[in-house]
Order: sequence, then C-alpha cells, then structure tokens
Amino acid sequence: MDTVPFLQSTPLLAVLASLAAVPLIALSGKKPNLREFWTFLAGFIKLALILSMGSYILSGNTHTYELCKILPGLSLQFTVDGFGMLFALVASSLWLVTSVYSIGYMRGLDEHAQTRYFCFFALALSATIGVAFSGNLLTMYLFYEMLSLSTYPLVTHHQDMEARGAGRKYLTYLLSTSIGLALPAMLATYLITGTLDFNVQGIFPPDTAKTTLVVLLIMFLYGFSKAGLMPFHSWLPGAMVAPTPVSALLHAVAVVKVGVFSIGRVLTGIFGIHLLASANLNVIVCVIAGFTVIISSLIALSQDNLKRRLAFSTVGQLAYIILGIGLASRLGVIGGMTHIAMHAFGKITLFFCAGAIFVATGKKYVSEMKGIGRRMPYTMAAFFIGSLSVIGLPPCGGLISKLQMVYGAMQADMFFVLVIYLVSSLLNAAYFFPIVYNAFFCPDEEAMFEKRVDEAPVFCMLPPVITAVISVVLFFFPGIFMDFASLMVVGV
Amino acid sequence: MITDQLPILILAVPLLTSFAITIFARKSPILAFSLLLAAIGTSFACSVGVLRQLLETGATIHYHVGNWQPPYGIELVIDHLNAMVLVIVSGAALLTAVYSRHTVPAEVPDRFPGEKIPERATNYYTLYALLITGLLGIVATGDAFNLYVLLEISALSSYALLSLGRGRAYFATFKYLIMGTIGACFYLLGVGYLYIKTGSLNMADLKGLLASSILLDSQTVKIAFILIIVGIWIKMAFFPLHGWLPNAYTFASDTTSCLVAPLMTKVSVYMMIRLMFSVFSVHYIFEVLGFQDMVVWLAAAAILFGSVSALGQTNMKRMLTYIIVAEVGYMVGGTWLGNSNGLTGATYHILSDAMMTLCLFMAVGAVIYKTGDSSRESMRGIFRKMPVTAVVFLIGAFAMIGIPPTCGFFSKWYLVSGALEAGHWGFAAALLISSLINAIIFFRIIEIGYFPDFDAPAAASGDHGHGAAVMAEVPLTMLLPMVLTALSLIAIGVYSNEIITGLVSRTIPAGLL
Amino acid sequence: MAEIITDIISKYNYWAFLILLLMGLHAMISKNNLVKKVLGMSIFQSAIILFYVSIGEKKGATIPILAHGHGTEQVHQTAAQMVAGFVNPLPHVLMLTAIVVGVSTLGVALALIQKIYRVHGTIEEDEILENIKE
Repeated sequence: MDTVPFLQSTPLLAVLASLAAVPLIALSGKKPNLREFWTFLAGFIKLALILSMGSYILSGNTHTYELCKILPGLSLQFTVDGFGMLFALVASSLWLVTSVYSIGYMRGLDEHAQTRYFCFFALALSATIGVAFSGNLLTMYLFYEMLSLSTYPLVTHHQDMEARGAGRKYLTYLLSTSIGLALPAMLATYLITGTLDFNVQGIFPPDTAKTTLVVLLIMFLYGFSKAGLMPFHSWLPGAMVAPTPVSALLHAVAVVKVGVFSIGRVLTGIFGIHLLASANLNVIVCVIAGFTVIISSLIALSQDNLKRRLAFSTVGQLAYIILGIGLASRLGVIGGMTHIAMHAFGKITLFFCAGAIFVATGKKYVSEMKGIGRRMPYTMAAFFIGSLSVIGLPPCGGLISKLQMVYGAMQADMFFVLVIYLVSSLLNAAYFFPIVYNAFFCPDEEAMFEKRVDEAPVFCMLPPVITAVISVVLFFFPGIFMDFASLMVVGV
Repeated sequence: MITDQLPILILAVPLLTSFAITIFARKSPILAFSLLLAAIGTSFACSVGVLRQLLETGATIHYHVGNWQPPYGIELVIDHLNAMVLVIVSGAALLTAVYSRHTVPAEVPDRFPGEKIPERATNYYTLYALLITGLLGIVATGDAFNLYVLLEISALSSYALLSLGRGRAYFATFKYLIMGTIGACFYLLGVGYLYIKTGSLNMADLKGLLASSILLDSQTVKIAFILIIVGIWIKMAFFPLHGWLPNAYTFASDTTSCLVAPLMTKVSVYMMIRLMFSVFSVHYIFEVLGFQDMVVWLAAAAILFGSVSALGQTNMKRMLTYIIVAEVGYMVGGTWLGNSNGLTGATYHILSDAMMTLCLFMAVGAVIYKTGDSSRESMRGIFRKMPVTAVVFLIGAFAMIGIPPTCGFFSKWYLVSGALEAGHWGFAAALLISSLINAIIFFRIIEIGYFPDFDAPAAASGDHGHGAAVMAEVPLTMLLPMVLTALSLIAIGVYSNEIITGLVSRTIPAGLL
Repeated sequence: MAEIITDIISKYNYWAFLILLLMGLHAMISKNNLVKKVLGMSIFQSAIILFYVSIGEKKGATIPILAHGHGTEQVHQTAAQMVAGFVNPLPHVLMLTAIVVGVSTLGVALALIQKIYRVHGTIEEDEILENIKE
C-alpha cells in the first residue's frame, strides 16, 4: 500500500459520516436546531473528507480500500478515482445546500415527521457516496439497493394516497429492474470474467460473443433504471409528489445521478471504451439514449405542472449524459461525466425555485405563474440562469459540457447524435424560455401577481441563488470537475 | 473426556429432560420452562463445541453409541454439513424457547366444559424437548434405519404440538399425520430395499457397497432411491407433495409455528442431501439415474407456485407457509443442479432460510400476540406501535427479497450462478421472479404498516395517520430472540464468505463441478 | 411365459404384501371416515413390516432363538452352518421398532380423531369440510 496523504479508510469514513449522524438525528427529534446541526456537521465532515483526497486523485492516482471479502474472489471494495471524486463532490456539496433549503421548506410548510425526513436523507447520502466510491459492481449494487430503499420513506413522505401510489411505482420500477435485469447481468458477467472490479480496459475477455455483450449491455442499461432511460422512466415524474427538497436533491442529483453514474461505470469500467467502440456497442447506447432525449423533451413541452416539466427535462438530460459517455470517444466521455456536475447545479437551481414558488405562493402550474417575476425577482433570475445551464448557453457551465459532447460526437463520427443534440437543445429552450419570459415580460393585464416583492423565506431563496452563481462560476472554471473526468480517459 | 461424549449429549440431554419435565414439573410451568431452557442451552453449547472440534481438527467425528462397532452398531457421524445443521437446529430451538416464555401461557387450546384441564405448559415443553431430540438425532445419525426412528419421533411430537392450536388445527394435523406417515413409510420401504441388496444399514457402509458396478445397474436400488427421495419430499413439502403444510402450520399456535416452520423442512432438506451424496453418490444420481433436469423443473414450479400462492393470501401466517414451499423449491433445485455453486447455495440456504423463516414467524407471532389478529390489517401503523418488531420484520423481508447485505442475497447469488452455469434458465428465472414477487408481498405489508387506512370510513384527513397510536411493544423475552435473529441475518450475510469457505465448501462432495 | 408365471407364483409373499400395501394406501386416501383412514394407515404399515420380516427368511431355517443356550449339540456345527440354520434376526429387530412407531402413531391419530369429533361433531371427512367452510 503506497502512502497516501490521508487516512486509508477515508472513503469508508466518508460513507459513514452521514450514517453515524442518523442515530444522533433520531435522538434529537425534540430539538430541531440540534437535529439540523447534526446534519450540517455530517455534511461538512463528509465534504472535508472527500476534498482531502482531491489533490491526490488529481495527480492521476487512484486509492483503493478493501472492506471485507464477501464472496470468493469478490470483496466489498472502495476505489477512489476521477469519476468517483467528481460525483462525490457534487453530491456532498449539494447536500449541504439542500439541507439549508430543507430547513426553510419544511419549517415554512410545517411538515410533519421532519426527524424521519432528515434521518433518511442522511442515510440516502451515505448510499450515494457509497456508490460513488464503489470499486466493483457488487459494492455498487449493494449501495444502489440501499439508496432505493432509503429514499422510499422520502418519496412517500406525505403518506397520503398519492404518495402511496407514487411509492409503489417507484419501488416497482427500481426493484424489478435491479433484481430482474441488473442482478442476473452482474452474475453473468462474473461467471464469464471471474471478476467484477472496475477496470478502464474493460474486463471481458476478447473472445466474448457479440450477442452476449449486446444482451448484457441492454440488461445493464435498463437494469439501472434510476437513470430513467425510456421506457423505464415513469417513476420519476411520479416521484414528484415528494417534498421539493427531496425532489431537488434526490431526483435532480443523487438518485438519478446514481443511475447514470452506475451506467457510466459499467460502460467505462466493465465494458471499457475500447470494446464499446470496436464492437459498435456504442451505437446501441446512443440509439436508446437518443430516443429518450427527444421523446422526453417533447413530453416536457406538454407538461403544465412545473415539477413534472422539470422531471421530464431531467429524464432528457440524463439520457444526454449516457449519450455522451456512450459515444465512447474521448471528448464524449469527458463531456458526459462533466455534464453530471453541470446539470446537477443547474437542475437543482430550477427545483429550488419551483419549491420556493410553492412556499411563497402555493402555485404549482406554469400557467398560473405569469408575471411572477415581479413578486420573486431573485428566484426567477436564478431560474433563468439554471435554465441557461440546462439548455447549454453561456455564461453557464452547461455550455462547456454540451460542447464537449458535441465534439465527442464528431470524434466518434456519429452525426445523428449531433442532430439529436441540436434538436433537443432547441426543445429545451422551447420549454424553459416561455416560463421565464412570462414571469418577467408579460403585459400588465395578464400578470397574476402584484408588483410587490415578496420572496420566499431566506432559507428557500438563498440556495437557488447560490447554485445559480456556482453554475456561472463553473463556466469560467470548468476544470474543477472536468479535470477529474479527464483522468478517466487517459490512454484512450 | 466430556468432549468425546458431546455428540451423544446433544441428543441425550433433551431426551432425558423431556422425561424429567413430565415427571417433576407437572405442577410448575416455570420449572418446566427452566428445564427446557437448560436442556436446549446444553444442546446448543454441545453443538457449538462439536463444530469447533470439527473446525480445529478437520476430521469427521464418529461416535459409536454404546461402543458397538459399526456397521453393526449405530454410530453418530458428524461432518461439516451436519455440524452446521446441528448448530442451526439447536440455536433456533433455543431462540424459540426463550420467545415462548410469554406466548405459551397466552395461547389457549380449545377447552371443553367438564374437561380437566391438563398442565398445558408442561405437556407443551415435554413435546418441545422430544421434537428437538428427534430433529437433532436425524441430523447427527449415521445409520439409515436410526434415521427412520428419529424421523418418526420428531414427526409424532410435531403432530402433537401442531394440534395444540386453534379449532381447525386438529383436522389439519390429522391430514399431516396421514401424509407424513406415508412419507416415512416410503422411506422405510426404500431402506428395506437397500438392505436387501447390500445387507447393511450404516450410511458409510452403504456408500461403499452401493458403489459396486452390479448394484449401480440394479433396478431395486433405483426403486429404493426413488422411494426414499419421494418419502423425504413428502416430509419437506416439496411441490406437488406440499398439500399438508399450509393448513398444518397456519392453524398451529404461533410458538409452534416458530419452532417447526424453520426447522422441519430444513432438516428434511438436510436428509435429502445426506442420502443423495453420502449414501448414493454424485456419479449415481447425476449420471446413472439422470433425471435431475426434471427435478429442477419441478423445483422451479415449486418456487413459482409457492410465491404466487403467497401473493393471494391475507392471513400472514398462511402467506409465510407458502413462502416456505417456495424456499424448499430453492433448496431442492440447488441440490439437483449438479454443480458446486448450486449445492453451495442450497446448503447455505439451509442456514439462511432457517433464520429468515424464524425471524418472520417470530415477528408475525409478536404482532398476533399483541393484536390477536393474524390478517395483514393487524400490521396497520406498526412502525409506530411496535417499532422494534417492525424493524425485525423489515430485515426479515429484505432477506427474503434478497437485498444485500442480508443472507438472502448471497444464497440467491450462488443459486442463480449455479443455474446459469448449468444452463438452467428456467430455474434462474424462477428464482428472480420469486424475489420480485416476494418484494411485492412484503412491500404491500410494509405499506400497510406505513400508511393509514385509506379505505376505512374514519380515515383521518390531514392527520397523516398520526392518530393516537400508543407504542406497545412485546415483552423482552420475545423481543430479544427476535432482535438476535434479525441481527444474525445481517451477520450471516456479511460473513457469508467465511461461512462458505470455512464450512459449506467442505461439505461439497468431490465430483461436482 | 411359463417362467413369468413361476416367477410370479414363487414370489407370492411379495404379491401379498403389495396388495396389502395398496389396500392400505387406498383406504388412507379415498375413504371418508377418519377411523377407516387410520386403519388403512395401520394396514399400510403392517404390509411394510411383513415385507421386512419376510426378507430375512431362508430355506429350511428356524426362528432365531438358541434352544439350549450354550448347549452341547451346537458345538459340532461350524459358525456358517449355525447361521444358515437361523432366520436373519436383524429385520425382526428393526420391525419391533417399526411396530412401536406404528402403534404410537395409531394412538396419536385416534386421539386427534377424538378431538376432531369434539370440535366438529362428526368424523366423516366431507362433513368436516362442510363444517369448516361455514
């Protein structure tokens, strides 16, 4: 074991930081401020631990920490590399922001069972960091399932009939695909290759039959249905019945990002970029992802419920990421991975704004939000910036990642993907700009709000502004995340 | 040296204690309970001692009862397989014995006017001790006929125990009696044929004699094998011979369910594995007989039938009994796949399923103890009323579904690997489908526990189901075994590698891929 | 053809046991009255017991009891001759156990039937099933 400038067990500690907070949160139920303190403490410790590994990883190293042998030839193992660091940074930093937002939202609406909410939130973040640092497919699967289960109480928080239906859909989709598709695919991979450790060269022996590879690829793509590839995406719009901070973090950042991250890992670490390109498997990925991109953007256009519109937009953006990584070209992979971060900051801004609007005005539908810019200018400004990032326009970080993906498509000679990118960006604009336009520039007669500025509580208004600013910062300093992503394509 | 006598102590202590309870503890249920606890505790300690001995020396332990030399005398043969099962049986019995402290007095069998009420508790504990003797004996013995005797001892005690339930228990037990006797008699007949052909009843001796080429072709031996296997299948409720199980276990008292459900079918699975590999051989079963394909398909059918039937049940105990039918399918299929992954999965599943079933039955028993209602509705609001029980149930449910790191995931891993290796897609698909069906079954119950009743007329609006639900947990003697069992599910899962490389892999006969 | 007939006739004991076994099995499964089922079970077990006992039989052998303890006549025979003169006692011993098991099972079954009668008022299976459905 080479000496590293941080504790060997740091990946494990990062996972455990929020896990350890769970009993503390549970016990401080009666004292809300103390309870929230535990969440923040865990969040800071987690972020600090992750940051401590940053420079080491940036110099091109990876760090492995084995937990225990769990099956012959397989262990529960953490491996920290560029991709994992990227995702872990995104998730842990956004957890802090979301926790601030949660306080404002939950207290603003006087939601019930807040202790349970914060407990399971911490648990879900543990699972997310676990996925980020997983060193093999088995460990990742374990944390993936842990995430599905720990987010169920969050999705069904309201405990009414709608929540029950949404919860059922959520678990049905996630568990049936992970047990029915991902698990047998994982087993078959293990039987064929004898290992499940991620390796940038891919782990399949060169003589594996093409049909086997295709079948396994499809099983993995649909098996990790947290990534929302159509037709296994329906759980995502359904899960919007959850409180907005849940929607924001989990469905714009953690849960769905775990899905794309898992698929990204499988594509780069199990199949390997070389195999994808040489066996033309990348075409399959791009077709499936491209289809999702277009259809979801079209559906988003028709949605009046703001959160549902954002949900379908997320489905499309996730498919973007898979599309980028699936190109199996250097820039495509970098672009796709970086877009995980860019989209996270952009989308969370949008969700925060949606929640702030709900807290301040009780409105959920776009058609009811004409002229809302008069009342909540800061929120809508943040919304505007967030949407710029998602569409991929300057001065927001989303542009950088999208450009990379476009170059990657050219690098891979897949021009239909270029077309998909351009068309979908237009569609993105089509379903975002009207909201902003109507918020600020509608004529006085149609405005539904008075000119009085009456923002949401500070706790709800500050986070979207912060994340919007970060989106702009990322435009100027994309290296924060892109450098991690570049580490993954060394030697391609 | 006492350590030499450990094998026989495992059997002798509960046997003698059952007599002691009847003779000395007629008037005092507390004394009966203490004697039982002491006996099973001793058995458990001896089993663990035997296991440790075995792990240290690695040599199979042979104990000649009464110092008569085999093959004429009866011997107890303890190798890695039955050492593990001995610990499981005595451990599960111990946990249930502690659990029974409060439930046995509470469960009143039907009484009739004018009938002198017997000392229920004492009788119950006597039968308990006898059942455990029988089960431990089946596991420890190395003689085929001795197996029959102990099989019938355990069967008779189980008939009596199961009938101490609610009204329909008598009839259900009667049907079980008939079916069980048929099964045991088939086994006896099979052993008789083997005796005709080989002249021996000792298992190790039989193995040597049966390996000769004349006997391999013999029709008699084939029929013997079929009779023995069918007899054992009846005893383990392997589809389609499972008809007696749901009724018999549902109407029994909850403690009895906790005792018999995890153990009796698993011990029968052990019997099957023992007879298949230590009496007959791998070569005989998979090459000479060659009908393993059909058996695996039957196992797949058992899994699907059990899972789907469980789906339609509203009575929680009945639902669990159908899940037992499915789990038996897992183990039979895994054994008959014919590769080491499959058999590893099946053997590990003996351990894992015994614990899972025990965990779930205990949790359900606790709910019934508190609410008196065995339908799904009794789980309403359970996370608030009985949080510990609810979490125990949750962990058991996760294990049944096969979510890592519980033990259920690992047994599925091996079983599906074995199925994929053997090219048995049907069995692999059945395993995965049953995981999904289990997920549906258990999440429906968890939903009932988590959400308020939307169909009830007094559904609280805006109350979010936070009505005045007072937390009313079950007594500690019930909680403790439940929590221990639930924790063991996770421990067995996390340490599955140690268990498998250290113990289970030693039980796989050479000759399986 | 002739060999088959001589074969069948010479194994008359096995045929008898088979018929008994099937009778018992048939009674257990198809009879309505619970006591008849139990009797069928008894017959079934007896068939198996008789089967076991008969396999120990040897031509011209006598029951396995030493007539004179350590008497003087037996001294002149070799061990093999002695063994050949006695029926194999092992199946007898095994069947003693089996008979005990059979009797206990019979006892438990009859006790259950008593209880069933108390609860349902009848020991005919179809009536019990109707009773249960109500």
